[in-house]
Amino acid sequence: MKILVPCKRVPNPELKLKIASGAVELADTTWQVNPFDEYAVETALRLTEKSKGGERSGEVVVISIGPKETSTQLRQLLAMGADRGILIAGDDAALDADLVARTLKAVVEAEKPDLVILGKQAVDGDDNQVGQLLAGYLGWPQATFLSAIALAADGKSATVSREVDTGVEERRVRLPAVATVDLRIIGKKSVHNLALSSPDVEWEDTQRLASLKGIMAAKKKELKEITVESLAIAGGILVKTLRHENPPGRKAGIKVASVEELVSKLHVEAKVI
Amino acid sequence: MSATLVLLETTSSNLRSASLPAVTAARALAGHHGGPVIGVVIGGNVAAAAADAARFVDKVLCYDNPTLSAALAETWAPLLASAIKETGATALVASATSTGKDILPRTAALLRAGMASDIVAVLGAKSFRRPTYAGNALTDVEVTTAVVVCTARQTEFAPAAPAASPGTIDSKAAGTVDTLGSEFVALHATKSARPDLAEAKVVVSGGRGMKEAANFKILEELTDLLGGALGASRAACDAGMVPNDLQVGQTGKVVAPELYFAVGLSGAIQHLAGMKSSKVIVAINKDAEAPIFQVADYGLVATWESSLPTLIAEIKKVKAAQ
Repeated sequence: MKILVPCKRVPNPELKLKIASGAVELADTTWQVNPFDEYAVETALRLTEKSKGGERSGEVVVISIGPKETSTQLRQLLAMGADRGILIAGDDAALDADLVARTLKAVVEAEKPDLVILGKQAVDGDDNQVGQLLAGYLGWPQATFLSAIALAADGKSATVSREVDTGVEERRVRLPAVATVDLRIIGKKSVHNLALSSPDVEWEDTQRLASLKGIMAAKKKELKEITVESLAIAGGILVKTLRHENPPGRKAGIKVASVEELVSKLHVEAKVI
Repeated sequence: MSATLVLLETTSSNLRSASLPAVTAARALAGHHGGPVIGVVIGGNVAAAAADAARFVDKVLCYDNPTLSAALAETWAPLLASAIKETGATALVASATSTGKDILPRTAALLRAGMASDIVAVLGAKSFRRPTYAGNALTDVEVTTAVVVCTARQTEFAPAAPAASPGTIDSKAAGTVDTLGSEFVALHATKSARPDLAEAKVVVSGGRGMKEAANFKILEELTDLLGGALGASRAACDAGMVPNDLQVGQTGKVVAPELYFAVGLSGAIQHLAGMKSSKVIVAINKDAEAPIFQVADYGLVATWESSLPTLIAEIKKVKAAQ
């Protein structure tokens, strides 16, 4: 089982976002792996091992498109347990979801994975497009917003649970396929590779951290840097970002002293009860 | 003068109300593209639903075939792409439901068209406003391709009203349907007597401060008293207190009810992104410094244990007097 996991570096979502003159200012931010992509890496690792940290079978390749510094985030993912990394030099400002998807398509065609797993969306652009676009360009089946995945013992299909508006939808997909994951995918019983582990295998209820041993091992793992030009992607971006602005703030409210005052305000002033 | 297509999701016999905001967004876009608004209904045995949908648009293209019953992107996206080509339409819209978010990007790839996700405003024929960075920025984008694709955030576009006269229905052949080996197995629907989170007029959400699942009982009591829907913060979902589909926030559902209660909930950025368009926000939290108070219209610094029983009793009094 070879699994490709495209990952994006994003500005720390817990820091206050600075916007000036129509642009987001990121000079002072810290960078991290998009949380949903980290869940995708965790999913891929679980699919290639018998139990947590146990015997492994298969390969997990992490890939990112970004500036040179993105190697820091890729090394972290190698320290988590991914086997090898690919960094495609690129500038976020010159990319859109479509160009990212077409770049990834070229990599998929060269690497020929059985499965591509991505986070459902990056927490900066919030597009929620790349996985679906990639599946469309490849002509592969897609399984989006997954909260669970079980690979069949023959490695040819997967049964998945998708988080949809009305509940949880179960589907079967043929491999190779593109999957995108939602946060429940890191639950205890959410990931199974029936060729490797028993159906009742349990994981920790979170994504794994890099161990010291993992960090040492990651230094020796392959991290290949390639240029976008070497992939010969035709055409540019299809969506231009014009400007950013702060959303309108809410008018400051009031603090009420008691439950009685609250109910009176809601009834008399706001007229909502 | 080219058409705007809108994907209309249906139940077995009706248009899903979740698609009505998309019709409003499509009307706004059609104002710039100059042509009619054409609804696309896809499914198995959807003739009745197509007739219902036709009340809201100028025309309906109906792809009715048993092999299309499940909303698979693998089969629906090629039909949407061919509908665009056949009608010469220059815009495609859907509501940002889980179906819209799944299928429209794949359609955009098949058309090699630029797509804007989760738009909150139509600025021009090809330009849109959309939230980014978990709602901490509003970003204006411009699609540069001849065909534009977008999903519309349901809470930001009013549900469309029926048109003066219903549109015509054009039945289309589905052609060869290739699922690429994808197969719908089952939908495990959330069973609830309460209104849908995204459509409820009142939402009561609990956070990490609720401590454990059993404590959500009192929130359910408040919810049912107000005829609302129950929600939760990501922290409460992650802790396993409530199912994940109750999650309100950038990574969960985006809601904009008339009245929103945040109880024992600190107000993380990603939660605020999912509820700050609510008309009236009430926060109850024992920590006076919690960020939720910065967006609340009415804040009460108190524990839920000490305040909720009285709150329920007081609301009952008001209701009894009405």
